[in-house]
Amino acid sequence: MAASTLVSWTWFSTLAIGVSLLKCLLIPTYRSTDFEVHRNWLAITQNLPVSQWYYEATSEWTLDYPPLFAWFEFFLSQFAKYFDKNMLEIKNLNYASEATVLFQRCSVIVSDILFIYAVRECCKCENGKKRSWDLLDRPVFILAVLLLWNFGLLIVDHIHFQYNGFLFGFLLLSVARVFQGRNMEGALLFSILLNLKHIYLYVAPAYGIYLLRSYCFTQHSPDNSIKWRSFHFLRFAGLGITVCFVFAISFGPFIAMGQLSQVLSRLFPFKRGLCHAYWAPNFWALYNVLDKALTILGLKLNLLQHEKISKASMTGGLVQEFHHTILPSVSPAVTLICTIAAITPAVFCLWKKPQGPIGFLRCLILCALASFMFGWHVHEKAILLAILPLSLLSVKSHTDAGLFIILSTTGHFSLFPLLFTAPELPLKILLMLLFTIFSVTSLQRLFRKDGKLLNTLEATYLTGLIPLEVFCEIIFPLTPLKAAFPFLPLLLTSVYCALGVTYSFIKLYVSMINYTEDGKHEKRH
Amino acid sequence: MDTWSFVALSGLLSLIVRWTVSLSSYSGAGKPPMFGDYEAQRHWQEVTFNLPIHKWYFNSTDNNLLYWGLDYPPLTAYHSLLCAYVAHLVNPDWVALKSSHGYESQAHKLFMRATVLAADLIVYIPAVFMYAFYFCEGSSKKKASFALSVLLFPGLILIDHGHFQYNCVSLGFALWGIFFIALQWDILGSFAFCFALNYKQMELYHSLPFFCYLLGKCLRKGLKGKGLILLIKIAVSVIMSFALCWLPFLLDTQQSLQVLRRLFPVDRGLFEDKVANTWCSLSVLIKMKTLLLPQTQVQLSFAATLLAALPSCTKLIFQPTISGFRLSLVNCSFAFFLFSFQVHEKSILLAALPVCLLIPEVPFMATWCLLVSTFSMLPLLLKDGLLLPYIVTSLAFLLVSITLLAVSGLTSVDDLKLTPLAHFIRKCAAWVKVESLAKSLFMLSVVSMAVLSVMSATLNPPSNLPDLFPVAVSLFSYLHFLAFFIYFSAVHLLESPNKEDQKKVS
Repeated sequence: MAASTLVSWTWFSTLAIGVSLLKCLLIPTYRSTDFEVHRNWLAITQNLPVSQWYYEATSEWTLDYPPLFAWFEFFLSQFAKYFDKNMLEIKNLNYASEATVLFQRCSVIVSDILFIYAVRECCKCENGKKRSWDLLDRPVFILAVLLLWNFGLLIVDHIHFQYNGFLFGFLLLSVARVFQGRNMEGALLFSILLNLKHIYLYVAPAYGIYLLRSYCFTQHSPDNSIKWRSFHFLRFAGLGITVCFVFAISFGPFIAMGQLSQVLSRLFPFKRGLCHAYWAPNFWALYNVLDKALTILGLKLNLLQHEKISKASMTGGLVQEFHHTILPSVSPAVTLICTIAAITPAVFCLWKKPQGPIGFLRCLILCALASFMFGWHVHEKAILLAILPLSLLSVKSHTDAGLFIILSTTGHFSLFPLLFTAPELPLKILLMLLFTIFSVTSLQRLFRKDGKLLNTLEATYLTGLIPLEVFCEIIFPLTPLKAAFPFLPLLLTSVYCALGVTYSFIKLYVSMINYTEDGKHEKRH
Repeated sequence: MDTWSFVALSGLLSLIVRWTVSLSSYSGAGKPPMFGDYEAQRHWQEVTFNLPIHKWYFNSTDNNLLYWGLDYPPLTAYHSLLCAYVAHLVNPDWVALKSSHGYESQAHKLFMRATVLAADLIVYIPAVFMYAFYFCEGSSKKKASFALSVLLFPGLILIDHGHFQYNCVSLGFALWGIFFIALQWDILGSFAFCFALNYKQMELYHSLPFFCYLLGKCLRKGLKGKGLILLIKIAVSVIMSFALCWLPFLLDTQQSLQVLRRLFPVDRGLFEDKVANTWCSLSVLIKMKTLLLPQTQVQLSFAATLLAALPSCTKLIFQPTISGFRLSLVNCSFAFFLFSFQVHEKSILLAALPVCLLIPEVPFMATWCLLVSTFSMLPLLLKDGLLLPYIVTSLAFLLVSITLLAVSGLTSVDDLKLTPLAHFIRKCAAWVKVESLAKSLFMLSVVSMAVLSVMSATLNPPSNLPDLFPVAVSLFSYLHFLAFFIYFSAVHLLESPNKEDQKKVS
């Protein structure tokens, strides 16, 4: 048995090594300012005592990740010395020698080993019926490719530069542990993750409710309603201690030094605007565009007066501060309320009718997507938080596969503006095509008995991305429009993709409610 | 998955690798006054764009032949002209006469890289897929793995998209020629091969097998009947394609002679730099270049080359089969590489192309040979700053050949196509376990290549032996190439004549 498992996993190592080699080839590509951000953090954690980490402000890129990530940078800086000592000088702003680039790029590639391990664990949970003898048609294989060769991770981590692969390793590993019934480990991994990057707070409700409902209560009534008597206090206490322990290690020293408020102010900078410089394709992008359209309409119909309209909104610039002209302006509190309102039904479903780990995963994706839709100052990169977990569902059912294709294609396409340099243009298009063609053909083949994955409207919408890309990257720069409306391609991209993301958000919600209603009939295990 | 998505995925993957390699440095980047092959190609665009056609190959005040004078056949010149038109459209400075010498910028690099990728996409990649889907037996998965491993051959990627050349065009045309001939479309095949020859004169390495195969075929059909008609057809098509390519130069004999003189510079010496061929390796012991007169060197190398190519060619004339044709292409290009005059280290690509086509038949030896051929260009690649792409693409190729082609399990006597020798081995050398011997030699060779690569890249050679590592690399590769030459010759000569006929019957 052991030998046969060994043999059957060689394809997995091929996929993993193959993608790692591709990552190595990407070393000389374009790097965003995030590269300098992380270099700066290496220097800060290496040179300063812990008490100074969250006060240091020589560079504008101050440390704004939770303490465990700072420790991770500290760990990396121990090796950085051997590549180039100068990168560890705090004052060496924008330092990027060849050795520095090599070291930082390699640190991302090596830390991705955790991601690869997590993907392997996720694949092991995929014990669906072996529908085919051909390896390429097995759900496990498809899942491994969808995760390991994920387009978004490749361009965000290995071109743009970030450590998302490592972080998603924690998330996927903790999801895999939950699927394997090792809930305590799942909770531990997730709390570590929270202390590495706080953006994952968005999916914390799913964890909290699931663990409370399905782990702390050991029995269900026949009608799935809760049995209050079956509350397992030891489990609850165990979870509480685990989580508190991790937080104590992470934040404890800063609390002891009385720096908690300083750390938190760095972690949650509410001074930024509603939308990022480039609008993430979410609800607010649609809201902004609606406001603009109404303004123009109002001006045309002479319902509005020119003088009263603030300049910024009319120059069409996607500046940080965006003033709405007609629709009410949005404050952080409003976005928070919207997000909570969007998350609540999903969490409520999870509490009311637990569906096991699958229901948890569905709720996690909805939480991620809801916060992406309504959050304050959302980055376009945050869509990965929904796409990667959705890959796990995509190989399980026909509906989810269709959803995955829509969400991943639009979400990935919305990442295109991250890479705006000419040499990376062919690269992003080719990589995107590679991932999309694989996901569409392999998932379609996996569910060929259940009919087409996409209906005509969805397929047309997705095909529309091609002319959109051609217009934005090739036609637009050649037209005089470029001088008048420099942000038009960004606007079009974000609005077009926002439609797809919103559509999949609604469809995912509907499928969750449907799933909860007749989940018993569909259950496979 | 269906065939179409296999093609799309492997094509996309190979394009991605090509483009990422092309983001690295190129030959002669920032090295005035002569720069490198990149500047040579740019300079040809400049010359062909600004000068009238009859001045291209002549020395003049506007065309200093000592500064990367045009020394490739007309098709290359036309291709340069075509690229120059596009370049002029984008930025006239790129091809401005004289003032553009040594022009380098990010945008220009992007443009040049894009021209190579376009040529690759139009000529070479389709040829590989067509060949794979017609002549590789098995499922579409198998065909796609074959196509992918050919497309990921690191040598060609590194030279074309890293170092900077357009080998994909000449090799692509040659591959189209092989493809058409394998389809029995001999006329079209000769057309394609003549284009290859008129793009780069190095394609002469492949000319003998083409000639011998077609001649053998005509002979077999009978020189008095159908064979004669075929011979005339082929001859006419060859003359026509040459006439087409040389048209502007044929009106004046001076022109044609000058082009020929430019194409075959006899006064350049027996070999250049450190090449893994016989003459360079011998000169470690005997200083051939100084001992022999240039004239003798030419005669000696010519005789040695012909002698080495003779067995394979003779067999091909008498038994013109497709598998024999492929093997003969390998043998003749090896014979030329090992023994001919004025060989560059890059010329190994000409031997590598037919070896790629043998991947389905002898996967083990073919991938081994391809790995060594990439390794043999290491000194050149190091000079160009292509260490990282070299390591990564070589490892990727090794990975692909081990997992997709399962080469490590294909080392038995039958798998190596040495069945006729099996009896001999059993009788005279029973202690030889071919299977494990081949495997351990392969391991040893790969490990030594890795060690030599690391040493060349990191260590400084002792001051009294500045060329220590390049010489070591070329000697190591030479021994391999000699062994591969002997092996492939043996396979060709031992091949039973009626194998192809049997296949047809079954």
